[in-house]
Amino acid sequence: MTGEAIKPVLAAGPAVTREAVEDFLYLEAQLLDEWRLDEWEALLDDDATYLVPSNDCLDGEPSGSLFLISDDRDRLHQRLLRIKSPDCHAEFPPSRTCRMISNVRIEGIDDDLVRVAANFICHRFRRYGRVYCFVGRYRHVLRCRSDGLRIKERKVILASEELGTLGSVSFIL
Amino acid sequence: MGRYIEEDPQARTFRLNREVLVSEEVLGSEITRIFGRCWIYTGHGSEIPNPGDFVTRRVAGRPVIFCRDRDGQVRCHLNTCRHRGAIVCRERKGSTRQFFCPYHGWSYDTTGALAGVPGDDAYGEGFDRSSHGLKAPPRFDQYRDFWFLCLEREAPKLEEYLGAAMDYIDLVIEQSPSASMEVIAGTQEYDVAANWKLMVENSVDDYHLPSTHATWLKYMANSGVDVRPRTDEGLVLPAKGRTVDLGNGHFTTDNINYRGRPVARWIPIYGEDAKQEMEGIRRELVTRLGPERAARVADTNRNLVVFPNLVINDGSSVTIRTFYPDGVDRMHVTAWALGPKEESESARARRLDSFLTFYGPGGFATPDDVEALELVQQGLANWPDDPWSEMSRGMGKGPEDQLNSDEHHLRTFWRHWNRLMGEGS
Repeated sequence: MTGEAIKPVLAAGPAVTREAVEDFLYLEAQLLDEWRLDEWEALLDDDATYLVPSNDCLDGEPSGSLFLISDDRDRLHQRLLRIKSPDCHAEFPPSRTCRMISNVRIEGIDDDLVRVAANFICHRFRRYGRVYCFVGRYRHVLRCRSDGLRIKERKVILASEELGTLGSVSFIL
Repeated sequence: MGRYIEEDPQARTFRLNREVLVSEEVLGSEITRIFGRCWIYTGHGSEIPNPGDFVTRRVAGRPVIFCRDRDGQVRCHLNTCRHRGAIVCRERKGSTRQFFCPYHGWSYDTTGALAGVPGDDAYGEGFDRSSHGLKAPPRFDQYRDFWFLCLEREAPKLEEYLGAAMDYIDLVIEQSPSASMEVIAGTQEYDVAANWKLMVENSVDDYHLPSTHATWLKYMANSGVDVRPRTDEGLVLPAKGRTVDLGNGHFTTDNINYRGRPVARWIPIYGEDAKQEMEGIRRELVTRLGPERAARVADTNRNLVVFPNLVINDGSSVTIRTFYPDGVDRMHVTAWALGPKEESESARARRLDSFLTFYGPGGFATPDDVEALELVQQGLANWPDDPWSEMSRGMGKGPEDQLNSDEHHLRTFWRHWNRLMGEGS
């Protein structure tokens, strides 16, 4: 793998700052873009969830409406096993992606949980000029642990009216 | 030997000319001869439960309003103003008393009747308001709340068209104790950069499962499902399945379930907590339908194609899927989840969760289908030098012996397609 060795996850400290949260999101983006999925998985807490609602039902709950992705921790692990396999045809060879993250805000802090909002643009590239531009918002719930921040919930809200030309969400968005 | 299909019963070979997947001329004919003449799935009545409810979508390439009028009657209006043609309803869904054209302000009530014309004193006596309501497609009808339109006035009745496919629709609906299924909120709309007919094939072709869906099988195996393939009788899958030609170009797989079903076959992914409720769901089925029919509903997976572009997959969950070409090498796919209306919250959650283990753009299987179809379309650029697709698996066996990994059903589709295109007899 290219890229420098992973830095220790930032300690949250008693007062988590936007700067600390931004660094965390940038690190997450780097690990995903560089396909360092085991290191990314280490950012997940034991009860982490990964959610992508359907484009026309952004306020729904996965128990009552159809999502694109609704993973609990176990299924997320299975998803990573799948994506890392050369038999995952949709991601072989792995897509090249590049994420831009902005508009980062701490929306609330509740005990050891930090609710974070950010906007993202994620370009996904496949051969022969196929470019997919995913745009939307991240809604993370991060847990401040003694050894740093971890992801408790990771919700990706797509801005587009439908997936349309974006096709599949076969990578970690 | 036809232009598109070469079939030799003696040699037991069937091949398809790849031109049909790349030709603009063929697509133009399909719009007229297939989408212009067949019954095309429009929507499910549960999407518009109350008077005034509407959804807008494109059906057979046409913008339409699928709505329940103020008197409760389900209708389909062509979404185009009678004045100059603009779309009169732009929202995805909602509830209204009127559809209002933003261009010059003509308005229509939910029955489609013209309700208002700004400055209508400028029109002479020859202007007849009553003949300027929103147009309906020439034919519009339903089978058990599945609504279809047809652009050909002289088409056979819907039930005649559906024929033997109706029994397979019934099997899906019989999951519900009250025989009421509903479309669940949340729509998956995604493009596939491939010819639309490849999605027909892919939806029922179980031969591809071990290779295309190797990672899904691994996921199932990791969760405790026995996915070892049976190797007897030429099987490549963990359980026996067959295919059925339902006539009129419709066909289905009919497979013994090994992969779990929300109604009602437990697998470890559903969790220990689900066992008791699922046993209750099964008991209700047996009481209501008898053991044999209950087993058909609960212990078989069926991927049904209603010609030309409706797929109902009753497998890891129930999905309704429809698709329409956008050029020869792209299609728009729309998919919904369907479930029994009276289902408990926990059963509904299980159904939706199970859906995502396999289906949809973020599922563990569908993205690899999408990739496979796109790889086919890319490879087809070589068609002038490699013009034939091979589709002979199971040729010469009787219809009762056709496995889901054979290609009997695909041949059924292509023969019917060929007839409608004016090529075959």
